[in-house]
Amino acid sequence: MKHFLSGIALALGLIVGTLPAHAAEGAKVELMKSGADVRDQASLQRGARLFFNYCVGCHSLKYVRYSRMAEDLGLTEDEVMKNLNFTGAKFQEPVISHMPAALAGTWFGKAPPDLSLEVDAKGADWVYTYLNTFYLDPKSPIGWNNTTLPNAAMPFPLWELQGMQSAQMQPAKDGDAAGVEKLVLSHPGKMTPAQFQQATRDLTSFLQYVSEPAALQRHHYGIWVLLFLALFTFLAALLKKEYWKDVH
Amino acid sequence: MANVFSNIGEWVNERAPGMMPMYRAHMTEYYAPKNFNLWYYFGSLALLVLVNQIVTGIFLTMNYTPSAAGAFDSVQYIMRDVEWGWLIRYMHSTGASLFFVVVFLHMFRGLMYGSYKKPRELVWLLGMLIFLALMAEAFMGYVLPWGNMSFWGAKVIISLFGTLPYIGGGLEQWIMGDFLPGDATLNRFFALHVIALPLVLLLLVVLHIAALHEVGSNNPDGVEIKKGPKGNRWDALKPADGIPLHPYYTVKDLVGVGFFLLIAAFIIFFAPTFGGWFLEHDNAIPANNLLTPPEIKPVWYFTPFYAIVRMIPSFLGSAVWGVLAMFSAIAVLFAMPWLDRGKVKSIRYRGTGYKVALTVFVLSFFGLGAVGAGITAEVIPAWFGNVDLTFWENLFGRLMTLLYFGFFVFLWAYTYFGWETTKPVPDRVTTHD
Repeated sequence: MKHFLSGIALALGLIVGTLPAHAAEGAKVELMKSGADVRDQASLQRGARLFFNYCVGCHSLKYVRYSRMAEDLGLTEDEVMKNLNFTGAKFQEPVISHMPAALAGTWFGKAPPDLSLEVDAKGADWVYTYLNTFYLDPKSPIGWNNTTLPNAAMPFPLWELQGMQSAQMQPAKDGDAAGVEKLVLSHPGKMTPAQFQQATRDLTSFLQYVSEPAALQRHHYGIWVLLFLALFTFLAALLKKEYWKDVH
Repeated sequence: MANVFSNIGEWVNERAPGMMPMYRAHMTEYYAPKNFNLWYYFGSLALLVLVNQIVTGIFLTMNYTPSAAGAFDSVQYIMRDVEWGWLIRYMHSTGASLFFVVVFLHMFRGLMYGSYKKPRELVWLLGMLIFLALMAEAFMGYVLPWGNMSFWGAKVIISLFGTLPYIGGGLEQWIMGDFLPGDATLNRFFALHVIALPLVLLLLVVLHIAALHEVGSNNPDGVEIKKGPKGNRWDALKPADGIPLHPYYTVKDLVGVGFFLLIAAFIIFFAPTFGGWFLEHDNAIPANNLLTPPEIKPVWYFTPFYAIVRMIPSFLGSAVWGVLAMFSAIAVLFAMPWLDRGKVKSIRYRGTGYKVALTVFVLSFFGLGAVGAGITAEVIPAWFGNVDLTFWENLFGRLMTLLYFGFFVFLWAYTYFGWETTKPVPDRVTTHD
């Protein structure tokens, strides 16, 4: 019986040990670690400021209300309406971009997607890596390309912060087309590389919060639920022991 | 106060004469063997999860919109705008996966201790019907959030029926009510998921327990306590090795419930997607018939069966063989009581052949799961470098399929031709808490 169980445990261990980490869709791209943390409220606030200054022009967060966001990020209605809400929406309304979807399609070839569930769909590391891998590409109709999502239809809105990266190309080998070997910062921006990484980490944290606002509540209540259940289990075990005293 | 309660009790009893005898027969005077071990928690836990699914399901239904246009948004509405909606949904989604964890362990317990054998064949058959109904229930529930994996999963699973000769194409459209999964599909799946199948499940569970209580529970020693000596502390005519279900096993199961809820709560509060295994990332994208996910695979609990479909090649111009093999993988379990002719129930006293075969069977189930979940597709290149993935994956998957079915063939031959050398079975149960 013991051998039997240990055999099963070993098999389980083998299988769990080889579970692939959540891979982003499409091509295999080496993802950077985002270090995003939804419990870091200051980071969420900085990320929100970036989102509402650089992203909301094209991207909506249709499942997020300004009011809920204010509550979760520790901001007042005034602060949100003055500093973050540039669309003229009411405080209780969701974050909808002003860009007309039909025209956006003709401008970019594809309407910019809603980002409410972006981190849920692709993972925080993917979003963070994507934001860090834009480069100048004269062959692209918009002048930009991205190694994480090749031929993305999106121009790089954060270029004045990061600066501009250029690609060092790898010569074509037999069978493989020429590819990007690495990205180099050819024109420095307003931020140092470290500052920009922190900024994109903040933005990723904010988008992760946006994907699942309930995460804040989960973490808040979870520990108390576990403590209660531990106490419950302990008492149940005592009760069981007491009742089973007379089983011989 | 006590007087008031007993008066009410008497009042009810005079008017519903069957209730107290039924309570006694199934609770305080149902004598279960006193040697249940860890494996015997999973029946009561399955009941707990069933209740959880029904209660959380009712609250989800209050806020869910069963239409292709509204379903996805309504799930986000539940997650963000409904008070405690996120908790209710995570309890339901985690409950679905844990239901299968618990049921797989419960079934494995039955295989290990021979709980399917005479006189418990009907208990096993009803249990297998519950398993079938549960798979249908889970599949339809998975489609309801109308994410992209819901859509493509539904399309692939329903297309399995399309492989049947002559009627396949028509059957597929009949199930979907359309040429693709759409509004009609979602609406009928909703009706089946929230009304029809739960009713079937509840009825089957009642029958499963009734059939069990008629013949009595098996135990880790595989000893029939009813055939053993009579007389215990509560009743001179009842089995000496039996103890009343209530309060002994009800308080014991309470400890199991506590441990189980600790694990469940940890997942619900700290890892509700369980790394993409309980809630898949591709389902965060709305259903889109123009956007095929990079890898279409069912949720983890269907992966062993899905792997069998993938591993059986088409021949004679038809892909129906894989589908038939998948259904046989479940159907053959129904036949367990008649395939296994061994007289000894518990693995403790069975021959080495059975122990090895059952271990290999479990490993083949995990191996098939790894193929179905796409783990082998990741692991083979990672471990062995630039090899022919399709060839090695097919080889591995087909070997696992062979071992899965081989278990049943071996078990029949092993017991039919009397190759099994068993140990003597004791007259009484050997251990207890």
